[in-house]
Amino acid sequence: MSRLNETNTKSAREIIARYPRPKSALIPLLHLSQEQNGYITREAMQHLGELVGVTSAEVYGTATFYEMFKFEPVGKYLINICGTLSCALMGANELMHHAEKKLGVNAGGTTSDGMFTLAHAECQAACTEAPTLQVNYRYRLRVTPTDLDNLIDNLRDNKLKDEFPPHGVLAKVQQVIPADRAVGTKDPEDVNESPAWLDGKAAL
Amino acid sequence: MTIVDPIKESVVDPNLVNITINGKPVAARKGELIIAAADRTDDFIPRFCYHPRMSSVGMCRQCLVEVETPRGPMIVVSCMTPVVEGQIVRTTTDSVKKAQEGVLELLLANHPLDCPVCDKGGECPLQDQAFSHGPGESRFVEEKRHYEKPIAISDIVYLDRERCILCDRCTRFADEVAGDALITFTSRGNDTQVLTFPDEPFSSYFSGNTVQICPVGALTAKPYRFKARPWDLEQTESTCTSCSVGCRTVVQSSRDELVRYQGVDIDPVNWGWLCDRGRYNFESVNSPDRLTTPLVNTGTELAATSWSVALETTARMIRLALANNKNSVAILGGARGTNEDAFAWAMLADKLGIDQRDSQLGDGLSPEVFNLAQATIDETCAASTIILLAPDLKEELPVLYLRVRDAAQKRKSRIIEVSARDSGLTPHAWRTVGFEPGHQAQAVRDALSIPEMKEQLARGQVVVVVGRHNLAENEMFTLQALAEVFVAAPSVKVLPVLRRGNVRGAIAAGLTPQNNSGDAIDILNAAAAGKIDCLILLGADPMSDVPDSGLVQRAFTQVKNLISIDTMINDSNRNADVVLPAAAYGEKSGTTTNLEGRISNVAQKITPRGTSRPDWMIATELSISLGVDIGVSSLEDLNSKLVGAVAAFAPSIDAKSTHGDGMLMARETPVTISGDLSKAIDRNAYNLRLVVSRTMYDLAGSTVSSPSLAGIITDAAIFVNPLDLGRIGVAEGTNVRVGAEGTNIVIMIKSHNGVHRGTAWLPFNHTGVDIRPLLNISSDVVDVRIEPIK
Amino acid sequence: MSKTYVHAPGFVAGDRPKIVTSRFEFADSYTLERYLATDGYKGLRAALARPANEVHDDVKSATVLGRGGAGFPAGVKWGLTPQQVWPRYLVVNGDESEPGTYKDRLLMERDPHQLIEGCLIACYAAGLSQCFLYIRGEMAVAQERMAAALNEAYVAGYIGKNILGSKFSVDIILHWGAGAYVVGEETALIESLEGNRGMPRLKPPFFPAANGLYGQPTIVNNVETLANLPWLLNHGVAAYTAIGTKTSPGTRMVAVSGHVKRPGVYEIVNGTTTFRDLIYGQEFSGGIRDGNALKAFVPGGGSAPWFTPDQLDLPFEASQVGPAGSMLGSGAVMVMDETTDIPAAALTLTHFYAHESCGKCTPCREGGTWLERILRRVVDGDGTDADLQQLLEVGAMICPGAFPHAANEELGLKAVPFPYKMTTICFVGPSAFAPVHSALTLFRSEFEARVKKRVNIPVTAVGVSA
Ligand SMILES: Cc1cc2nc3c(=O)[nH]c(=O)nc-3n(C[C@H](O)[C@H](O)[C@H](O)COP(=O)(O)O)c2cc1C
Ligand code: SF4
Ligand code: FES
Repeated sequence: MSRLNETNTKSAREIIARYPRPKSALIPLLHLSQEQNGYITREAMQHLGELVGVTSAEVYGTATFYEMFKFEPVGKYLINICGTLSCALMGANELMHHAEKKLGVNAGGTTSDGMFTLAHAECQAACTEAPTLQVNYRYRLRVTPTDLDNLIDNLRDNKLKDEFPPHGVLAKVQQVIPADRAVGTKDPEDVNESPAWLDGKAAL
Repeated sequence: MTIVDPIKESVVDPNLVNITINGKPVAARKGELIIAAADRTDDFIPRFCYHPRMSSVGMCRQCLVEVETPRGPMIVVSCMTPVVEGQIVRTTTDSVKKAQEGVLELLLANHPLDCPVCDKGGECPLQDQAFSHGPGESRFVEEKRHYEKPIAISDIVYLDRERCILCDRCTRFADEVAGDALITFTSRGNDTQVLTFPDEPFSSYFSGNTVQICPVGALTAKPYRFKARPWDLEQTESTCTSCSVGCRTVVQSSRDELVRYQGVDIDPVNWGWLCDRGRYNFESVNSPDRLTTPLVNTGTELAATSWSVALETTARMIRLALANNKNSVAILGGARGTNEDAFAWAMLADKLGIDQRDSQLGDGLSPEVFNLAQATIDETCAASTIILLAPDLKEELPVLYLRVRDAAQKRKSRIIEVSARDSGLTPHAWRTVGFEPGHQAQAVRDALSIPEMKEQLARGQVVVVVGRHNLAENEMFTLQALAEVFVAAPSVKVLPVLRRGNVRGAIAAGLTPQNNSGDAIDILNAAAAGKIDCLILLGADPMSDVPDSGLVQRAFTQVKNLISIDTMINDSNRNADVVLPAAAYGEKSGTTTNLEGRISNVAQKITPRGTSRPDWMIATELSISLGVDIGVSSLEDLNSKLVGAVAAFAPSIDAKSTHGDGMLMARETPVTISGDLSKAIDRNAYNLRLVVSRTMYDLAGSTVSSPSLAGIITDAAIFVNPLDLGRIGVAEGTNVRVGAEGTNIVIMIKSHNGVHRGTAWLPFNHTGVDIRPLLNISSDVVDVRIEPIK
Repeated sequence: MSKTYVHAPGFVAGDRPKIVTSRFEFADSYTLERYLATDGYKGLRAALARPANEVHDDVKSATVLGRGGAGFPAGVKWGLTPQQVWPRYLVVNGDESEPGTYKDRLLMERDPHQLIEGCLIACYAAGLSQCFLYIRGEMAVAQERMAAALNEAYVAGYIGKNILGSKFSVDIILHWGAGAYVVGEETALIESLEGNRGMPRLKPPFFPAANGLYGQPTIVNNVETLANLPWLLNHGVAAYTAIGTKTSPGTRMVAVSGHVKRPGVYEIVNGTTTFRDLIYGQEFSGGIRDGNALKAFVPGGGSAPWFTPDQLDLPFEASQVGPAGSMLGSGAVMVMDETTDIPAAALTLTHFYAHESCGKCTPCREGGTWLERILRRVVDGDGTDADLQQLLEVGAMICPGAFPHAANEELGLKAVPFPYKMTTICFVGPSAFAPVHSALTLFRSEFEARVKKRVNIPVTAVGVSA
């Protein structure tokens, strides 16, 4: 059973309600299901299709477009080493080789204990701090081989579990829109009027 | 210098935009795309992704042309660039050629070089362009993309991703046109591929269209794979008669065998699309089970005989019966043939004084509906409001479903669906009016009188699509509901949707009850009462097609002589006295009439199997044997007689000449309909009211004898709302006992959200269980009890 | 309260005017408390105290240039929405993924309320009734900071119904991506926000301002663009335009990465600061590492054609950088010193764009990968002479005609101005070629030294089975 569980189905419905059209919630919901299962399962995609009213094939088409969605289990820690120009100039290749040796897997591989998946990543928007890597999308900057060794050891020893939640968990803080503050949304088809504040007068 | 005028209807048009293409002035429509304007000139712009019936995506980049701008010539995609006044377009400059050649080389980079074994080889736009415009040799020396070679993505369609050029046509069609987004692009960039969801097949009623519009050999259809090469194909334009939409087709044969149908794009009807049943049931014409010689019953078996013996025997039987009483001969059927077939048989019947004839089998509508103000398909799809009082168009008249869906999707029309069960169009309906069978007239009256409905009906033209949506219910209810529509919207136009291919033509040609004699059900009742000596089945199979099988059984036991004119042995003619082999679709010419009264040609492409011959010829020969010669010497002769005798067919003279769009029947001054409002009695709380309707793939002869389709027919089951399933207390998929008035059947039960509470839906004619014992034509509605089997 | 100079990683403070980075030096810069203590939400109040059209006029007269890449003035863009078509949406482009670019993430992580305030001002001024804040998927911390800030701001009455008790109401919906560079392109962003594959749409007919999200008028603005608005409304147009030049007023954030002594993100004065200032200036990057010589630099994110030391004195001014053969793009300068292996450097970028192709346009999908494969062969030492020509020819299938490049005295090259012609919908395809073209044009000898001197591998005829 890897459809969304009850709690997540409830969150899913809340997220869907924020958008004028349900399909817009698809990517956030795929993240939600990846958070639940660590990767995207077939059943989850079917479930999401039901929730937003599209075919499973449409969910699949969207999901496979995006790099972050995995369709098979990955390690608890996904280590993405950036290899784009700024990082490459600052030794990203060497860092990757070092990581491969340290973990005993090639880029793209998962360690046999299921702890680590090592991957080559594209520019992570931290170019001035090269070379960079992300563990489950949280940064480590100006990483030396020694830093990398320490990082891996500490992760293995479960010392960094507060900083790095398991793969699939993205933001630990979620948006909450208080019911009494929410404006709410409508299908654009059902809106014909200009917003109230465009009446030529100051709003305050 | 040629001026191409794009607009057939009018010469002066405020929306006219003048542009030049390669120096030649071209008149275009405002908002039209450059590529569409160019398509009306001799300057062909190569393309792969552009399709005039779908939205442009500008994906393949093959249609690049040059447009003059204030900043000099610019390269634009002609499939997404609209014309503007004074635009200067060039399609043949060096830079255009270079750009197009570049794209072509890139498209070929990863394309396998398997043209000699590819189904598309010889008719492949990619191959053609590679030969005419291509660089000649590829500089791409890297390893090509590799995927598993053709994978079956449905019962019918195979996908070869290595050949795919990612033009988005199939995926766009599935999503945009058919509404079955079951194939999609997956992955990204260089890994992009077309796929279904893992293990969920591309089971769309319209999948064949994707094969037709695939510009390469990536999508192929099982019925055609390796059957022929384009250079040994012969073809002719025709009209599909699998249902009454009358889609325009090209019928293709190879070595005197039908091998493929392709949709032809005509504006008023099918826009190039076909449904899969219509497209692939040509296999039944090639079936080894086709009758090749006449058969007579020797008392122990149906034995082959000569035409002269068979015709003599038939004539003798008819004569004998007529000698007894002219009302002891009856003809059922005729909707499968051409207008000419029907007319020849009507003439014969006239000569013999046979009044009892009917081309509908108790599941149609009174021909009165044709006397109401009629709407064409185009008028329907342009109406502000479309009221559906009809069977599930997706199941029964599939391409009409595509047209109506399109009208709703593009927000041209709003659909008000009146139905006892959700249909393929329910998701596109603006409002849905549910009812319990037998109460629709009241439901229509109530619904159409609420203010928002009134407002909507007042907004413009209203068209009501009317047909029988429930075989377990008296026709009267539909007509009464129709009358209520006329009350609410007096200027409503009607699109009658009868299902059988040429039912409208057969009725107009005279295969309909004469001189107030009864319809098919009356005929069968008379037969059951021993009043019919000789029953002629003109391509009809009442044993499988008439909802009330008990009645047919009783009728057949009483009839002294049963004569069948058909292409194959079926449940009805298995015990006939004489079976005359008829030419099938593709083996004969003539005209046919679609549901909107459009007459168009059907064409012969292959020689009839064995000694089989067209129905009209059989009628002619029989008339001679009977000594009442109807005087037909040729098909042309017959058609001119038809035109002379029946005013409605006057336009068919033109339709014959393969006039692509066909010609609308001459129309009479419309009448209106009125009726008393009545209701069926209320259902008992323990009962479920039955809705019986047809689905696309049922046990229809042409489906069963088409191997590629036969496997798709599902097992019979009864469907109820999930809440009712809970109430009955059985699990989905178990067998239950379904009882009605002294009979019962055992059948699998399934839950279905589209079935309303208090009703049960039984698809007609599926494999495994015969549901017809439950149906009793003489009762207005059928209520059943469903019980678990202990 | 004493200042605690806790800079965000990457951010380097200075004595230059600070419009968008003024709070970065506070450790708690992302909290509502700090924000309110440092002029927070004053700009919004100033805006709401005036009719919406006047606020819009201010943004127009201040010429707030888009910071997402194209540099289109925000006020003008807002004015392109068709009259009387509702609803209209705001989509905030926080998908920052252009190689070398690192500023929007800082703005979201370090000063989320400033962005929120900017969104609110934009919605007020342009009549946008719902705002979607699209954050790059791989930025978990930015998402957390934005979510927390949104939650605080909702509760405090800055977002939602009747903001600050006024008739102005708007929701800001936090949305996040899942890893696809091309989604930064505004029409792809809209596709993605509709739950689809992030493939760009062709403009026309899909100019977002007229036909965007759900077919409605939609304004797509970059994070940094919007982050300018609170300061602008608070300090006025005159104060804003007093900084920078007439055509490029204000400041902009530039990330300098690669072989410099002090790589970092700088808020610089727009229009006047030169590349030399940035790379060598002591208040900026302080020169090349180890005292090495500068070989080349990418002036505006990975898609930009490269410059060499000859162009160092150009200012951050589009009207000068374009004719010189490149573009300013997204505020990202990547510096390569003399030790750089140029073909390998170009390969990282070509690989990036080939990998990030959405797959829609044939030239990008097929051509990008083809370029990458040839280039990789060359870098690996398996290339041939003919491969170098082939690179240019494949590139010409994506960008026919002259491709922009910088002037180079030593090579006797004259500049070919930006932009280029292209056979694709968006710039991803051409961007795969840009580094190849720059590298080959400016450093051809490095490629020649790399390739084998032999003829190409035999060719196969098209359309005939092998
Ligand atoms: C391939 C491609 C990627 C882009 N990526 C981004 C991006 O990551 N962030 C961004 O703000 N703009 C990006 N843009 C520019 C956007 O299309 C758009 O111009 C911008 O978001 C508009 O905001 P602005 O007017 O405020 O600059 C990209 C454009 C292209 C063609
Ligand atoms: S250029 Fe590339 S990324 Fe851009 S739309 Fe075309 S295929 Fe997609
Ligand atoms: S036909 Fe125009 S891009 Fe494909």
